Amino acid sequence: MSISRRKFLGWLSAAGVGTALGTSAKAASTKHFTGYPDSAGVLHDTTLCVGCRECEAACNKVNELAPPDQPFTDKSVLEKNRRTTPDAYTVVNKFDKPDEKGNVFVKKQCNHCLEPACASACFVRAFKKTEEGAVVYDASVCVGCRYCMVACPFDVPTYEYDEAFSPRVVKCTMCHPRLLEGKLPGCVEACPKEALTFGKRDDLLKIAKERIRRYPDRYVNHVYGEHEMGGTSWLYLAGTSFSNIGMREDLGLKPAPELTSGALGAVPIVVGLWPVLLTGIYAMSKRKEKIAAEELSDAVAEAVAQTNEEAENKLSAALAKAEKNKETAIKKEVQKALDEAAKAAQQKEAETKSEEDA
Amino acid sequence: MSEATVGKISPPSKSVYTPFNVIAGIIIVIGLVITVLRFTKGLSAVTNLDDNYPWGIWIGFDLMAGVALAAGGYVTSAAVYIFGMKRYHSAVRPAILTGFLGYALVVFALHYDVGRPWRLPYPFLMQQGTTSLLFEVAACVALYLTVLFIEFTPAPMEWLGLKRARNIVVKLTMLLTIFGVILSTLHQSSLGALFLIAPAKLHPLWYSGYLPVFFFISSIIAGLSMVIFESSLSHRYFAHKMDETHIAEKEGVALGFAKAASLVLAGYFSIKVIGISADNNWHYLGTGFGLWFLVELLGFVALPCMLYAIGVRDKNLTLIKWTSALTVFGIVLNRLNISLIAFNWYLPAEEKYFPHWMEIGISVFIVTVGLVVFKFIVTRMPILYEHPDHKGGH
Repeated sequence: MSISRRKFLGWLSAAGVGTALGTSAKAASTKHFTGYPDSAGVLHDTTLCVGCRECEAACNKVNELAPPDQPFTDKSVLEKNRRTTPDAYTVVNKFDKPDEKGNVFVKKQCNHCLEPACASACFVRAFKKTEEGAVVYDASVCVGCRYCMVACPFDVPTYEYDEAFSPRVVKCTMCHPRLLEGKLPGCVEACPKEALTFGKRDDLLKIAKERIRRYPDRYVNHVYGEHEMGGTSWLYLAGTSFSNIGMREDLGLKPAPELTSGALGAVPIVVGLWPVLLTGIYAMSKRKEKIAAEELSDAVAEAVAQTNEEAENKLSAALAKAEKNKETAIKKEVQKALDEAAKAAQQKEAETKSEEDA
Repeated sequence: MSEATVGKISPPSKSVYTPFNVIAGIIIVIGLVITVLRFTKGLSAVTNLDDNYPWGIWIGFDLMAGVALAAGGYVTSAAVYIFGMKRYHSAVRPAILTGFLGYALVVFALHYDVGRPWRLPYPFLMQQGTTSLLFEVAACVALYLTVLFIEFTPAPMEWLGLKRARNIVVKLTMLLTIFGVILSTLHQSSLGALFLIAPAKLHPLWYSGYLPVFFFISSIIAGLSMVIFESSLSHRYFAHKMDETHIAEKEGVALGFAKAASLVLAGYFSIKVIGISADNNWHYLGTGFGLWFLVELLGFVALPCMLYAIGVRDKNLTLIKWTSALTVFGIVLNRLNISLIAFNWYLPAEEKYFPHWMEIGISVFIVTVGLVVFKFIVTRMPILYEHPDHKGGH
């Protein structure tokens, strides 16, 4: 049932209807989403982290990932700044404290945005923000376009470039399957220093702010993830500016979907406006042509008429002249005949007279 | 492209080992070998893609630049059929053919880039990710490729003597043209809008809320310039295939399109400047990337704008031809800047992406396939001339 409906919808959109109907204004709406109520998150207090990499080991174990090149007890890997990889959903990076001696360790993994850029960017909806708080990925529909990786502001998703036949995008799942079983995420469970706290995001925010309030010298007054890119389910506390420990502070507060909603909103405008406008322009250019053709034929007709009239005038003038000439000629001839007749009569008279005289 | 690569078209009786055929053959063989590697060993075997640069030249050049350069189809058919500029009629068929081949090759190239190409129809058949600009791109490219294919079919139909089918398609011209303009507006602009989601990764000089507008406007420039560029190449190598109308109109097409390109370039330059002003990014111009941005803006937008104008004023067709090449190169550079060079601009040099030679190999292979198919079609079908049975009928 559900499959046939899905298929039906699929065909509908394949026929192009989806373009017009599907790109609806969900993303462009003015609704402000602040996360699912009671959704879970993790608070990472970087001032407590000692860089032991226990979280990495636990993550590797619970997610059944490939064994690492160097054992998790080897701290030398911390010398290099690392990204997550298909075999490591989480990594710990070491940073120097800017003013004093010592190091800061920061765990990196998916931040599970409230409105994830990856989910917004995915054209098969392979990513989903669950009500529990995790952002999960469905490899069974993934085409492998990797737009999620372009979109992610935290540089988290990673790709199985080595895989020829079924490469996947890989990222931390917040141990979503374990959460559903009522267990803690692997990393949180393993952390020996309580640098990671699992709980409802709302509660974690309170805890974080409470810590800042109680130890203002220990923390900078900022909970990273509360508002970054619309907010994330992972939250961070730090003793130094976040930009010093590899976390970007220039991401802005807009959730990813808001960045593209304007462009998506242009679709109905283009689809609605262009056909009318273009048909109008076509009609105008056609009409222009028609008018030009009519004007041309009118001009030709007028010219012809004028020429005809002129010719007629000329003809009638010529005729009149000819008539006149003819008349004159006739008159002349008649006159001539009369004259001749008169002359002849005179002559005859004269002859008769002379005969009589004789 | 050098003369040797393109080669002269030989009459059928001559040997098949022309320089063009030999070189194209070698490239295609190499391309096929890389193809086998790509699909048996995976992306990492033939590309330098990594997690910082999930998109390389197969997206930056083959998709981004490819789609822009294939814009000649909608630009020319809109000019002729919608705006009624009938004197450019002979330019329509070559432009539609280039557009169709261009888009077909873009889709072909995508099969190399995505991880599981056999799933490319999934966004339409399985689940629709309508919040994604990429969905818009995919849907419009798929539909537009279909439109271009239909617009192209009269040529093979005339060639094969399918008169009735051909007349039906010709009746659809107006509808297809309008549909083509809508789809082109949408996907040309959304290719730029793809990067709107990554303001933190793209250098501020290139990132702008106007990205979709920049991409759309510059696609018009690319379309116009490609028609000029390609027409001059065709005239050089396929002159014997051109009829009198085509040759007679050729100069007018070059002058008219150059004039249009000059005007659109001027407009494009203005909105680029507005883009900098709107975000108040002037201070970035003094940096290294700012300098590079100025190279693009002055060298490949302002300069061709002026050169086109001079070329039109002096009726200098040689200048117009070279300017069209410069402009096309500029558009390619712009697309590469946005998708690769100014992307992750803050990364140290050793973490930046540089294409693997096999990535370049596939891109060259795909362009070569395009040239071979173009040559096959132009030497057989009524593209550069009107079919005697259908003179003046379309």
